[in-house]
Amino acid sequence: MILSLTIIALVSGASLGFMNELTKGPKEESRKQKQVEAIKSVLPEITNNPFAEKIPVAVEGQKDSLFFFPGKKGDGLSGMAVSCFTYSGYNGLIKLMVGFNMNGEIFNISVLDQKETPGLGTKMTTEPFVKQFIGKNPGQFKLKPTKDGGDVDALTGATITTRAYCEAVQQAYDGFMTEKEQIK
Amino acid sequence: MSKLNTWKIFTRGIIKENPTFVMLLGMCPVLGVTTSAFNGLGMGIATTFVLVMSNLVVSLVKDFIPDKVRIPAFIVVIATFVTVVEMVLEAYVPFLYEQLGIFIPLIVVNCLILGRAESFASKNNIVPSIIDGLGMGLGFTFALTILGGMREILGNGTVFDLSLFGQDANMMILFILPPGAFIALAYLVVIFNKIFVKN
Repeated sequence: MILSLTIIALVSGASLGFMNELTKGPKEESRKQKQVEAIKSVLPEITNNPFAEKIPVAVEGQKDSLFFFPGKKGDGLSGMAVSCFTYSGYNGLIKLMVGFNMNGEIFNISVLDQKETPGLGTKMTTEPFVKQFIGKNPGQFKLKPTKDGGDVDALTGATITTRAYCEAVQQAYDGFMTEKEQIK
Repeated sequence: MSKLNTWKIFTRGIIKENPTFVMLLGMCPVLGVTTSAFNGLGMGIATTFVLVMSNLVVSLVKDFIPDKVRIPAFIVVIATFVTVVEMVLEAYVPFLYEQLGIFIPLIVVNCLILGRAESFASKNNIVPSIIDGLGMGLGFTFALTILGGMREILGNGTVFDLSLFGQDANMMILFILPPGAFIALAYLVVIFNKIFVKN
């Protein structure tokens, strides 16, 4: 009885170890690929590889940090992709990649990770919602749903998601503004 | 059981003993992931793979496992295949992996899989066991896709992400929220039983 259980456990353990080795590479590759693509989609034309120049920036009172990916055209800095996060989504964590140009205007936003309600909160990844942020400078454009006195049209039935989304973008903007000088 | 011919074993899982619509097994993923037809299909295929593989292995080793420890032995076999599925999905289909989330590891405790191992694979040879797993898996996939499709159409106005009624159509959001799963499932169970299962 013990023998048969031991053998089964051994065989399954060995095969899992083997599978883990096999999928380790592709797993990391797909995670990296996702970030690289997100960076590309939120920055204007660039000539460098921002992913290789990643700069972590700690956020006060949070265990995760922001990551800055500087986009360069030739030698000059042309924009900055900031990966930011918030835990106040409807189902917790939302991770965004926000691209700014050097004036602090939002170039584009891409969602890296989210667990929102399908069909409601997940609409934050769609174009009609993202469009309202493009070209806006959070210095003047109030990143809050109109319900809370801001300038953002909330998603129908997903005000909490909208709030969290705005919070993350705001965090990215604040981080970018404080770090901008040093990075240059 | 062993006198059933192959075709009967195969179709039984899809229609007469459909795990979702007739036997009401494995309700957790059925209700949880069917917010869209694509999710339902993905979950169904993942479960089918685990079901076929675990049935295969269980029917292979059934003679070596003492009766007293058969349940833990089956669970280890099932858990192994589920973990394999999880790794493969994360590596090659990250999009689906994110959508299904916690429901992939939960395939382990899907009573449908342990149920087939216990009631069929542990008493039959390899070939009928594989056929049984395939039939049950396809029945499960079929049910999840139909349910996911119905909820997606009613709740979001799309099917497989294709918009049916235009961007601004006002849909019954309830159907993609948890209560909608129960309502949609109830109607489907009634319809399915009325049509296919006559007692």
